[in-house]
Amino acid sequence: MVDEVAARVEANPKYHKLVGMRSSYSIIMTICVMVVYYGYILLIAFNKEWLGTKLADGWTTSVGIPLGVGVIVITIILTNLYVRRANTEFDSLNAEIIKEANKK
Amino acid sequence: MRNNTVRNCVGLLLGMLVASAALAAGADLGQTSKQATNWVAIGMFGGFVAITLGITKWAAAKTKSAADFYTAGGGITGFQNGLAIAGDYMSAASFLGISGLVFASGFDGLIFSIGWLVGWPVITFLMAERLRNLGKFTFADVASYRFAQTPTRVFAACGSLVVVAFYMIAQMVGAGQLIKVLFGLEYQYAVMIVGVLMMMYVLFGGMTATTWVQIIKAVMLLTGATFMALAVLYQFNFSPEALFTKAVEIHTKHGAIMAPGALIKDPVSAISVGMALMFGTAGLPHILMRFFTVPSAKEARKSVGWATTWIGYFYILTFIIGFGAIVLVSTDPAYLVAKMVDGKQVLDAAGNPVYEGLKGGGNMAAIHLANAVGGNVFLGFISAVAFATILAVVAGLTLSGASAVSHDLYATVFKKGQADSASELRVSKITTICLGVVAVFLGIAFEKENVAYMVMLAFAIACSANFPVLFMSVLWKDCTTKGAVAGGFVGLFSSVGLTIASASVWEAVLHNPKGSAWYPYSSPALFSMSAAFLTIYLVSKMDNSKQAQLERSLFPAQKVRSETGLGAATGSGH
Repeated sequence: MVDEVAARVEANPKYHKLVGMRSSYSIIMTICVMVVYYGYILLIAFNKEWLGTKLADGWTTSVGIPLGVGVIVITIILTNLYVRRANTEFDSLNAEIIKEANKK
Repeated sequence: MRNNTVRNCVGLLLGMLVASAALAAGADLGQTSKQATNWVAIGMFGGFVAITLGITKWAAAKTKSAADFYTAGGGITGFQNGLAIAGDYMSAASFLGISGLVFASGFDGLIFSIGWLVGWPVITFLMAERLRNLGKFTFADVASYRFAQTPTRVFAACGSLVVVAFYMIAQMVGAGQLIKVLFGLEYQYAVMIVGVLMMMYVLFGGMTATTWVQIIKAVMLLTGATFMALAVLYQFNFSPEALFTKAVEIHTKHGAIMAPGALIKDPVSAISVGMALMFGTAGLPHILMRFFTVPSAKEARKSVGWATTWIGYFYILTFIIGFGAIVLVSTDPAYLVAKMVDGKQVLDAAGNPVYEGLKGGGNMAAIHLANAVGGNVFLGFISAVAFATILAVVAGLTLSGASAVSHDLYATVFKKGQADSASELRVSKITTICLGVVAVFLGIAFEKENVAYMVMLAFAIACSANFPVLFMSVLWKDCTTKGAVAGGFVGLFSSVGLTIASASVWEAVLHNPKGSAWYPYSSPALFSMSAAFLTIYLVSKMDNSKQAQLERSLFPAQKVRSETGLGAATGSGH
């Protein structure tokens, strides 16, 4: 029973559209996080001095601190962006696919 | 009748706790090396215990089937689960450890905070909804979806139990040490109290009680940390720049606390540690298990969205707390240990006493800061939060260990999937008791050992064994049982082996001469995780057995379910 429904889902071009859209979105987002994070780690490994330079003359705060906090904030934002798009756009397409598969 | 038994047990155990606490307090009075018994903290913690045991009693009435026990019947909302995940993940090690690291060397603390956070987007983008759609109780359900059950489950249970064991020992030893300082209780009693309470939550209240313990703890921890950070920033007119300027002026390392220090030694270690933290999170069994407590993939995504937000926010707070401690704690003799030689205080040239560190050790920075900004009552609150934090984490660990034994080994491997819900539930409860007893014994056995490497080892195993198997079985159509199991074990053994061969175990634990460890990097992840993926790939490619062809032919149906949620477990029973 479920197998038949699954076969109808497989045959639905909307399903392949959903999988294609969602996986390319999640791969792009994963790459963004990797670039931001490993970029920061490699900066620490190779250019500690630059991360330690002051933001401006007379300041104490170094470049590395807002950057580090920025990595945390970007991580939170990217995660929530993905969740929002997946829970609205992708989920309504998903609901259509399930509905069409159960109808026939 | 059943409720009565639960009530009697709760009453009896509560009595034992009070008795042992009083006993410990009595035994403590004559010793100066420990902190004085802190009655405010004990009172606050008592309140927390009373509330959580009340919840456990309520949860016990709802915990009837195996599904209730493992997943709270699948009825947790995304927002609640997000808080519970945060409560499961923000351990005492990250609260006290990171703020202590910031206190000691400033910037370096931020590196760990970031590492511990970046695993979450990876889980969100690649795993969360697929886990929810394919799984029922344990991550082995997902990994073995189209594979031969026995070998895959045996591997997954090994992977889970090893990770749980190392994580648990680190938590128990940390708990004992911490409580000794915070409450003035004996180490052994502290470990036993943790063991008994965690067994009660899990045994009677299953996932429902564990979830609420984690939610309450997360709310307490976030509230307490927010208050501390605001209290610190308030003194500097909410200007981080002013806070940093003062900290640099006071700290013995001065300007060096504004730049990366000695934490990251070489690029290979940097990347390897980064991988362990990033992908290890996606292989921790007690975290993965939380995704089965929500009713749908949508709620699973909401959970990780909330969890990431809370955890990231919390790590920003710990950074401020660490700097606050530099300014407010390191200048106050009340929190410091005076340097003594031959029983006499050492004085500097100006005749002032010389100090050599924090009372109770480097991890106490946040605790002393609580006293500095909020007095004894707030200190009691934060101490109780630290204790609650450990309880919430060990309860989650115990539950995932118990489910690996009862659901994966007993019900699927030994009973070939024929076990009924009642007997599976019985086995989980027996396992919970065994795990609790073992955890207490290990906690006591490792009291004097150096366990600093154990959390990192748990992350290394999770990212080298559990994560590759999960990832490849769900996302790669050609993956087979043989490939997954071979690769998983390669990852497991290589991550453990390389950790033993590294300085943190070979020299620091096994006491071999300095420089004799042949594995030079801080984490095995780069090599062990790559080895696992490569083995899965090669063995699967070479596997042309009938079974392998069957498994590949099942991939499209698995994919439909993992992507659309069609036929996914709906929660209760099933």
